[in-house]
Amino acid sequence: MSVLVYTESENGSFKKTAFEVVSYAKAIATELGTTLTAVSINASNTSQLGMYGADKVLEITNDSLANFDAQGYADVISQAAASQDATVVVLSQTANAKYMAPLVAVNLEAGYVSNVVALPQSITPFKIKHSVYTNKAFSLTQINTPVKIIGLGKNAYGLHEASGAAVSEAFSPSLQQNSTKVLSVDKATDKVTIADAEVVVSAGRGLKGPENWGMIEEMATILGAATACSKPVSDMGWRSHGEHVGQTGKPVAASLYIAIGISGAIQHLAGINSSKVKVVINTDPEAPFFKAADYGIVGDAFEIVPQLNEKLKAFKAQNA
Amino acid sequence: MKILVCISHVPDTTSKINFSDNDTKFDANGVNFVINPNDEFGLTRAMWFKEKQGASVHVINVGGPQTEPTLRKALAIGADEAIRIDTPAVDGFSVALQLAQVAKDGDYDLIIGGRESIDYNGGMVPGMLAKMIGANFVNTCISLEIEGASVTAIREIDGGKETLQTSLPLVIGGQKGLVEESDLRIPNMRGIMQARSKPLHVKPGVEQSPRSQATTYEKPAPRGAVKLLDNVDELIDLLHNEAKVI
Repeated sequence: MSVLVYTESENGSFKKTAFEVVSYAKAIATELGTTLTAVSINASNTSQLGMYGADKVLEITNDSLANFDAQGYADVISQAAASQDATVVVLSQTANAKYMAPLVAVNLEAGYVSNVVALPQSITPFKIKHSVYTNKAFSLTQINTPVKIIGLGKNAYGLHEASGAAVSEAFSPSLQQNSTKVLSVDKATDKVTIADAEVVVSAGRGLKGPENWGMIEEMATILGAATACSKPVSDMGWRSHGEHVGQTGKPVAASLYIAIGISGAIQHLAGINSSKVKVVINTDPEAPFFKAADYGIVGDAFEIVPQLNEKLKAFKAQNA
Repeated sequence: MKILVCISHVPDTTSKINFSDNDTKFDANGVNFVINPNDEFGLTRAMWFKEKQGASVHVINVGGPQTEPTLRKALAIGADEAIRIDTPAVDGFSVALQLAQVAKDGDYDLIIGGRESIDYNGGMVPGMLAKMIGANFVNTCISLEIEGASVTAIREIDGGKETLQTSLPLVIGGQKGLVEESDLRIPNMRGIMQARSKPLHVKPGVEQSPRSQATTYEKPAPRGAVKLLDNVDELIDLLHNEAKVI
């Protein structure tokens, strides 16, 4: 018996979610009285994982895994889990992890629960809380299979440092010929993604047109934030679909979500519900967003946002 | 080309979510059910394949008789036949297993599911189904072109997109982008009339013991009232000193 966690990296460096899933998986391993093994693919600095509680790291270095490939990665994780006799496998909820998790579940004949928000409520029976109805509710779900797969929601647990050192071991999975090939990847490398962002600056129809997004981009740059938008804005083509936040768009689980000129339709609010702190700036004091926010300013975005940007710049300069 | 579109029957996006029977069941009272939005984008894409390249389009749902109006709506939009597997949808794996039986028997070239249903948000049915039947799989698919057995698909990744080359048979987890919101079709009277006489096959489910099941539900704790602020200095101060997020 052991707990296994997959730690994602990009260009060799671990993503922040990797440390979060390790922190979380360590807590489960402690509860079960067993050890935690991390799996890394083409990552360097695997000793970092020990700082969050990994006892062992299975290091995989393989050029044919340079591009993410759901089938191949799922096989690697499954083989690693089998080699460690893992009974719990923890994954994040990035686009890639969500892509491969169902494949791992079939490989390992495991029950899989996604969007998990807390440690298991009980081990026998194994019950765990996860968000459903696009963050409008939670379900306490029981997993009946000997092997369990947990998809941990972003920022649901946070980082918890542990004092320990991980032993590294090389691991060579057996890979099958893959029938799906990546032809090209189109990703802005100079921008923070909504998935990775701690702060998200989002704007809606209140901005009146795509030409007015300069001040939103500026705020995002000052705060190191990702930019996002409401559904009408993406439907009208003012911003790309990739920025659409809400029930049929992207979920946002940021530390800080700033909504500018967004009224707060129920579908939008559902999408951002797992963000920690929400700020709304809107001319209409009756906008539903004020009922969902922590802090609000009633006023015109075209007056307030430039002021806020100036003050934020000064604040960042002082607190750098 | 034979296409199967998997249709979830879900509360519409404006629904207030409530539970009954000591928070063990979803309370469907007063709730309007629709085709899961992610599935509807896929269904519309399937209609384009049918019209431009020639295809037969079947739709399928796993659930009780209450889901039939949703399947009839898919028929009214233009699907040729519907299948309902008459068994409750317990968890993602059980749904995928039921679909896999029909998928194997039906010899489909392309199976379109949604990235996730907007009720359970599991995001697992298309991937599990693909793995069970040995088909290729593309998740969060925002563009799909098929020439013969060769497939070019674009999937959304965190912060961008990726173009993939693969082949049939294929399962996708679809979403907005496959078609746009403005491309979605509202059934017209003729479609609705025709849908009444199209086949809707009811098949028994296969016996299985669920790998997981929901036990109880809860709603998020009510939040405190918003703090309304007069100026941006106050906001920055509170974000820094109170919320500690900047």
